[in-house]
Amino acid sequence: MSSEKEPLFSAKNLKLITTPLGAQNPITIQVLGICSALAVTVKLEPAIVLSISVMFVTVFSNLIISLLRNTIPSRIRIIVQLVVVASLVIIVDQVLKAFAYEVSLQLSVFVGLIITNCIIMGRLEAFALGNKPWPAVLDGIGNGAGYGFILIVVAFFRELLGTGFLTLPGLGAMQVIPDVFYQWGYANNGFMILPPMALIVVGIIIWVQRSRNKDLIES
Amino acid sequence: MDRQGNTYTFLYASVMVIVVAAILAFLAQSLKPMQDKNEAVAKKMDILKSVQIESTAANAVEKYNKYIENAFVLNANGEKVEGDAFTVDMAKEVKKGDAERAYPIYECKLDNGQTKYIIPLRGKGLWGPIWGYVSLDEDKNTVYGATFGHKGETPGLGAEITTDMFQKPFTGKKLFDQGGDFASIEVVKKGQSQGDPHKVDGISGGTITSVGVGTMLEDCLSGYEKFLKN
Repeated sequence: MSSEKEPLFSAKNLKLITTPLGAQNPITIQVLGICSALAVTVKLEPAIVLSISVMFVTVFSNLIISLLRNTIPSRIRIIVQLVVVASLVIIVDQVLKAFAYEVSLQLSVFVGLIITNCIIMGRLEAFALGNKPWPAVLDGIGNGAGYGFILIVVAFFRELLGTGFLTLPGLGAMQVIPDVFYQWGYANNGFMILPPMALIVVGIIIWVQRSRNKDLIES
Repeated sequence: MDRQGNTYTFLYASVMVIVVAAILAFLAQSLKPMQDKNEAVAKKMDILKSVQIESTAANAVEKYNKYIENAFVLNANGEKVEGDAFTVDMAKEVKKGDAERAYPIYECKLDNGQTKYIIPLRGKGLWGPIWGYVSLDEDKNTVYGATFGHKGETPGLGAEITTDMFQKPFTGKKLFDQGGDFASIEVVKKGQSQGDPHKVDGISGGTITSVGVGTMLEDCLSGYEKFLKN
């Protein structure tokens, strides 16, 4: 690296945020973290809260591991990573129970399961262990956002088409599809609420993304 | 010091664990009051739901204070003893013998002037604890409403005990048979409860949880027999 100080938001650093949103998306390209993407996308609110929680964990675990990267004995590095991730997840869980009790009931086991979210350990191993704190934070933001973005898109379509409502944090459930539509014969698609449809929605997103960006298509 | 040596590794792991433990313990302690408050509100919402009063986290306390007139504790003989029903920890009580248990009960006055009695329940499902509240009419026999909750029953199967589909049929069921003996309410195989005042339909695929609800009703309600017969 050059001796000159790199600006905080240099093109290279910004790329750390933008590539996970698109060409290196953890869900649609790397196919990591699929499990929770399928499970908590029935409603928009839990999807948003889980996205924020995962982003919090990716950012801070990346930051902490990056700060410690030169001190961690390589033989126990996975254990160290797990301890850091697990503590952060407990923090998220405790904070949710204190400030968003109902959402914490809905997310129930999935907050605890953030620990096993492949994205987090994947980023720690692949990025945070070998990079300085600031790029590691950006990488955490990027991957958390890339994950959250897909989660929210999937949840948006599933809730809208499945129930006709959208649930936003703080606002509660709002009816989006007006009653007249139902009088004209529109019906909610109950299928959308079932887990298989999450897989299909994710599949459609992958399809759309690959047909727009031919580089992503494997030969 | 050698970063890859055993001493360093042990020291590193020990220090890390102590630091992390201290941080988490501090956090858990400082957030505890808020979490307890949330749990109390959720409990009040459950109690209100058993008498078919819908509430939200925002107005649950207010509605609870308005409708729940009395919350007291009984002993096995049906006599009032010292204590506040709301603070009784059912998880601990159900482990005690029938005679030593505290039997909390809530008295609720609805808008139409009717009095309902609400009895808390606690039992075992398939994976963990289940709980609930049953409200009784003034005759202390007919069920007015019931609500159930669970810690981690299987979604779509056992967890269905929280749905209206399972809870609604409890309304109108009787605790005592025509001879006046305690008969409880049994949760039976789907479709076999028709017309029987002591049976409700269980959940297909959630048999162990359904039976757990039945056992919980029998176990928790039998202790109130003396009070309810008065």
